Amino acid sequence: MAAGVSDPSLRHRRREQGLMFLLASPALVVVLALVVVPVGWLMGQSVFDHGFTLENYRRIFVEPIYWRSFSLTFRFAFEVTVLALLLGYPVAYVATAVGRPWDILIMSLVILPFWTSVLVRAYAWLVLLQRTGVVNHLLADLGLIDEPLALVHNELGTVIATVHILLPFMVLPLYSAMQKIPRDLLQASASLGCGPWPTFVRVFLPLSLPGVLAGLTLVFVLALGFYITPELLGGGRTIMVSMVVSRNVELYDQWGAASAVGVILLACVLAIFVVVGRALPLDRVLGHR
Amino acid sequence: MADRRVHKGLPRGLAAAAAALMLALGAGAAAQAADQITFVSQGGAYQKAQTIAILDPAAKKLGITINQDSAPDSWPIMKSQVASGKPTWDVVDVPTSYCLRGGEQGLVEKLDFAKIPNGAAMPAAYRSPYSVAYEFYSSVLGYNAKKYPDAAKAPQSWADFWDVKKFPGRRALRNHPLATLEAALMADGVAPDKLYPLDVDRAFRKLAEIKPNITVWWTSGAQSAQLLNDGEVDMVMAWNGRITALIKDGAKVGYTFNQGILQSTSLCILKGAPNLSAAVRFVNEAVDPVLQANLPLHIDYGPANPKAFDTGVIPAARVPELPSAPENARRQALMSYEWWSSPAGEAAEKRWLEFMQK
Repeated sequence: MAAGVSDPSLRHRRREQGLMFLLASPALVVVLALVVVPVGWLMGQSVFDHGFTLENYRRIFVEPIYWRSFSLTFRFAFEVTVLALLLGYPVAYVATAVGRPWDILIMSLVILPFWTSVLVRAYAWLVLLQRTGVVNHLLADLGLIDEPLALVHNELGTVIATVHILLPFMVLPLYSAMQKIPRDLLQASASLGCGPWPTFVRVFLPLSLPGVLAGLTLVFVLALGFYITPELLGGGRTIMVSMVVSRNVELYDQWGAASAVGVILLACVLAIFVVVGRALPLDRVLGHR
Repeated sequence: MADRRVHKGLPRGLAAAAAALMLALGAGAAAQAADQITFVSQGGAYQKAQTIAILDPAAKKLGITINQDSAPDSWPIMKSQVASGKPTWDVVDVPTSYCLRGGEQGLVEKLDFAKIPNGAAMPAAYRSPYSVAYEFYSSVLGYNAKKYPDAAKAPQSWADFWDVKKFPGRRALRNHPLATLEAALMADGVAPDKLYPLDVDRAFRKLAEIKPNITVWWTSGAQSAQLLNDGEVDMVMAWNGRITALIKDGAKVGYTFNQGILQSTSLCILKGAPNLSAAVRFVNEAVDPVLQANLPLHIDYGPANPKAFDTGVIPAARVPELPSAPENARRQALMSYEWWSSPAGEAAEKRWLEFMQK
């Protein structure tokens, strides 16, 4: 041990670690002040109401409104995630396959909407999807429909807009994972007599799985907490967990109940991270080598 | 409820910031003035209209300084201010239910109506021991005039709204029990003056009947107007000011005050208000018939003091557009905030979410 401490390279590394920690400390302070403290306070509020109580949690398990919202929210997040994968995978695949400059163009198209406010995009979808909207007009002009379709003010419109908003979170990890797949492997597979489809299924697809898992996790977790799209495009019927939280505060003035709902949703998200972390080291999900 | 105030003008946050700045600037000047109060409303075009119509003239007449603040939802702030023991607000203009709830919870002062003669002269239903009505708006039945070009053949009552055979078309209601339960009961044949206490079970049953035909349950006033304007729905329950704003912009929409639900905001004074006596004087002045009559000259809300209609200040052409004009008030139901802030009312509010999910 003593020899280890005097080892100059180890000392250098320690010093570097210390400096790195110092460098990260402002961010850590922010996280502590803006995440850890409020979340702790939130948890406290859910069990303290003039003394310790589990009433807020009991209510969630007893009253059907909470169960309905939780099951709707998970179903919604699942639908969004599956659709995002089905739409995002081909995009990422093509972007990695085409080479310059097309890949830059494709990825720009993926990222550009990312820079627009979620609220603006939700309203844009309202304009597109509503009864007198662009999509319905187009379909009617083409003679495909007689009556305008109910594309919005329901779960369908909510899913469409949410998929659009969350698509970059699927495409980016997929793209990053696919880029790391050595093309030589595909050539090797082909040279050994494997056709394009089996090569994809047996070589490319398994190697892209870390990206798939990362994308699925990001999109699913974000969709679980979505508020703006179901509120604006759900027609009042799609009551997600996030909306139950807000109603509890606005309508019923019940901070404790709202906190308890938030805590349970947070627990669900953490559980998902743990399960995914078992299947795959989290540092790979977060983009490390 | 606060949402009704979101107008096209300044964004809410900006308006609040501006109000806060005005407050900060005003505080310095007010330090020398003999009497001052802090008045709080909901910001936006609504508070601007009040400033011209009521606040400035009242300040001048009483010789006091009125500092303004605004909050889209004052209730949590009222609670925390009173809890702190040192409130900075004096008079608040809030949904009447807040004043009543505040009275029950010891957050607002009991009013001495001997010192508020203007309020004492108003109809008893327009005041409570803790509050006096300040302005009226109404939840009315609005419709697309392209779909129903003949006003006589347009839906004219909640029974019509519920009648999907006679009036086919797409409908929207507010995603909130307030006024919606009243409409359901009127659709079921309850007379507008016999609504309270609400038969909540019957109201929810009637709502369940129309639910499959409701395209959108709107959450913001802006949304209700947009739905009607874009032809997304053919009829809607909406606040009268939202519909008249559409009409002014040239939209082909109509509405009726028949069976509208007349709602109000009220003035009340925070418990332990720093300037209690000036606050009481202000409350009296704020419901003065002439100042009250000024309000509809600047915004589409009706005066709370019926005597405002006798002052001659409101142009004759404007009267039929105002929800509290005697001719219109007679055709509407007056919302009982007393019932809504009672345990039965709160229980009905809590049933809403469950109803929406089914």
